[in-house]
Amino acid sequence: MRLLLLGVGLLVVGGVAALLLRSVRGATSVGVASAIAGCLAGVIPAVRVLLGAPVESLRLVWDVPYGAFFVQIDALSAFFLLPVFGLSALAAVYGAEYMTHGHARPRATSWFFFNLLVASLAMVIIARNAVLFLVAWEVMALASFFLVSYEDDDAAVREAGSTYLIATHLGTAWLLALFLLLGRGTGSLDFDRFGPGGGVGLLFVLALVGFGTKAGFMPFHVWLPEAHPAAPSHVSAVMSGVMIKTGIYGLLRTLTFLGPLPAWAGWLFVGVGATSGVLGVLYALAQHDLKRLLAYSSVENIGIIALGLGLGLVGIHADAPALAVLGFAGSLLHVVNHAVFKGLLFLGAGAVLQATSTREIDALGGLLRRMPRTGLAFLIGAAAICGLPPLNGFVSELLLYLGAFGATTSLGSGAAAPALVAIAVLALIGGLAAACFTKAFGVVFLGEPRSAHAADAAEPGVRMRLPIELLAATCLVIGVCAPFLLGPLAPVLVQVTGLPVDVVRSELTRDVPTIMTLSGCGLALLVLVALVAGIRRGLLSGRSVTTAVTWDCGYIRPAPRLQYTASSFAQPLTDLFRPLIGTRRRLSLPEGFFPRTAAFASETPDLYRERLYRPVFTGIERSLSAFRWLQHGRVQVYVLYIAFTLLALLLWTLGAS
Amino acid sequence: MVPALLAFGVAPLMLGVANRTKAIMAGRVGQPLLQPYHDLVKLIRKGAVYSRTTTWVFRAGPVVGLAAVMIAATLVPLGGVRALVAFPGDVVLFVYLLAVARFVTVLAALDTGSSFEGMGASREVTFAALAEPALLLGLAAVARTVGGFSLSTMLGAATARGWVAAAPALALVAAALLVVFLAENGRIPVDDPATHLELTMVHEVMVLDHGGPDLAMILYGAALKSWMLGALLIGLVVPVRTGVASLDVLAACAGMVGLAVLTGLVESQMARLRLVHVPNLLVGGTVLSVLALLLILRSS
Repeated sequence: MRLLLLGVGLLVVGGVAALLLRSVRGATSVGVASAIAGCLAGVIPAVRVLLGAPVESLRLVWDVPYGAFFVQIDALSAFFLLPVFGLSALAAVYGAEYMTHGHARPRATSWFFFNLLVASLAMVIIARNAVLFLVAWEVMALASFFLVSYEDDDAAVREAGSTYLIATHLGTAWLLALFLLLGRGTGSLDFDRFGPGGGVGLLFVLALVGFGTKAGFMPFHVWLPEAHPAAPSHVSAVMSGVMIKTGIYGLLRTLTFLGPLPAWAGWLFVGVGATSGVLGVLYALAQHDLKRLLAYSSVENIGIIALGLGLGLVGIHADAPALAVLGFAGSLLHVVNHAVFKGLLFLGAGAVLQATSTREIDALGGLLRRMPRTGLAFLIGAAAICGLPPLNGFVSELLLYLGAFGATTSLGSGAAAPALVAIAVLALIGGLAAACFTKAFGVVFLGEPRSAHAADAAEPGVRMRLPIELLAATCLVIGVCAPFLLGPLAPVLVQVTGLPVDVVRSELTRDVPTIMTLSGCGLALLVLVALVAGIRRGLLSGRSVTTAVTWDCGYIRPAPRLQYTASSFAQPLTDLFRPLIGTRRRLSLPEGFFPRTAAFASETPDLYRERLYRPVFTGIERSLSAFRWLQHGRVQVYVLYIAFTLLALLLWTLGAS
Repeated sequence: MVPALLAFGVAPLMLGVANRTKAIMAGRVGQPLLQPYHDLVKLIRKGAVYSRTTTWVFRAGPVVGLAAVMIAATLVPLGGVRALVAFPGDVVLFVYLLAVARFVTVLAALDTGSSFEGMGASREVTFAALAEPALLLGLAAVARTVGGFSLSTMLGAATARGWVAAAPALALVAAALLVVFLAENGRIPVDDPATHLELTMVHEVMVLDHGGPDLAMILYGAALKSWMLGALLIGLVVPVRTGVASLDVLAACAGMVGLAVLTGLVESQMARLRLVHVPNLLVGGTVLSVLALLLILRSS
């Protein structure tokens, strides 16, 4: 516990020091060094608890009504702390180069807010008092807001920042209500005093909306595709990789307070997961901006996580421990896996952005020749996020499939139906994600450069490359070593499912041989690839191997502009699903014998933003503008308002007593 | 061991059978049955020409694709004989290994920078995204009927009992699997394996730039994939499980030949669907699987 608090303290002190330092270079060194040191100090107790060390807690008096400085690391917290510290440390190393060599104006404040963000992430996860939790939650929201609006000379970035600020506070309002209702029974806001009271359904919905806004469940996701691309890339990685997972953490923590949930809770999660997953990946497919594509893909992956939680809840309700354990285990593992590959992809996208100064996919191409190592790592990340064996994404999706197939074969219709929905959704998401990421990698890294920016790209320096490559290696390691990772999950699963330890352990042990065989098949695939490659090399040695232009059916002057574009690549699918995502097209055809112009443009704005939130917020603004005459800028009248309010309150209290 | 060895050895022959059927239907003598093997040998002996645009991704495509399909082939049972590797959930690994092969083939196509290959790749991922739910849901229906979710259990001794219990549902699944089989292997009515240079092509155009041993790997991999998906369908439709392994395998092989003849017949009788109608067919396949599931869920 002390070590963890020391880490948080290091982060905060380093952040403040960075703010006070005059030179940007000094601030960067101090900020990065303290971030790494803080993360290292924090990761040690988390690993210890996961490997079986006892739960540690600390309670200090805090002079705030209902508040207490009450922190604890149990298995659930430790599990979420691991990706937070791991990814943040790598992002800090990356940021050291990204922020000083990029096109952004380097400023010392970025490290203050970055370190504060990491510290608040850790505090959110270890806080055991609602006031402390909400304070940490708010610091997290504000620190990330300032990081999102870092490049605030761009109007689009400012807009993204304000969308984020509003969305996050609307979400927090639901949490405030949730905690007040939870604490109503005992009159304490400490988590260990919260217990299952009445109205479990209402509390569940409050948590789903409040935490779901942070996690990015559809339709509360609208801030996500705005904010994540706007932030500097290493911050995007932390936000997409771990910050949105605090929403999932919050939901899991709330589940431990609520006790048994009604049957519809599982269905609701499956529904939310299916919607977020399918629509998230469809929107991702339709994007032209690389980082926006990745942001929508986070919505998709959060959907997969929610699907797993739904399966787990269905399993608990149907008294089927196998489904409960596999659902939650797949979900939890996907939390870590998504942190790894989405972190990797955002850092890779940042390297592309820095090398080419554009996020427009259709302006890129041919980067694999120019940035071979970043390209390889990005390819591994893309394959992992599509859930391809033998990488890590496959393991978590397989656990969900195993649970769903098991429920399909052995449980009654009530539990088999949601399981079948999950199978259908996972299969569809798998296919669409493959389309999305072959597009992202293929158009950005393969073929010929489509613009001068892309043609002049070069590999980033070692501080940016190393974190990317480490994450790529992690994708492979988790994929191959999966059987050994199930054991440490057991205590976390005991906490969230409420099942006895031996039941959870026996369920997990039953799956170990399957996962073993799977890893074996993964290794066999790697060996076979090497073997076939060797045979190919042997066959071609000594024969004529020449190069020529790409065969384009006799056309003799292929040019980069003739390549298939990202929007053409995605067009069959975006057309097919147009009723769901509403892609708009503007087309002016060439006309006449000597056509002068022709143009095509397509865009896919977020339907929820356009159709749901915009009308609501415009309506609110219109109705509130009726009171604008109250606000005219004369301070003395404002003071008068305050005086009147106080007087009215005084009279009210006097009347009441 | 037997199913995998048969797949590795006999898969290209099915292509020969389908081609011979088409020739006979068209009133021609047609190529020898072993022509696909001759083609493979010829290609293996050649050198290679690579586009200057391509990178190592283009060269790795056929290698990884073939390796993934070969591992997948070890998971598929034949005639009720257990596959080389069988475990609960291997059905998912099977589908995802095919996805690996598709992923690298699509990337290799995009690596050429050719709009033709880009177009083929785009269609491939579109059709695959629609075929995957049909396949997995269909197999889930079989899994629920037989009460196990390893391919070797689903298409093992229990299949025959499954037909007794839920024949209509399994028939719907068989229809869905046939759609997936035709779509995934690029046969009519989804794609025409005989053309290279038309705007409606899918699979063939993606590999336009490959030659020599690389093309041999791609063709062999395609034959294996065709065999495996066929084996799933035949394992379900020809539920001959006498208990004598050699008889069962023989029946399954006869089924495979029958399927190849059927493919050839479909190809000589039908035109390819217009490209915009292909998704309808694939979604239709998914709907058949869903109907099968509803039937099974209702009766349990």
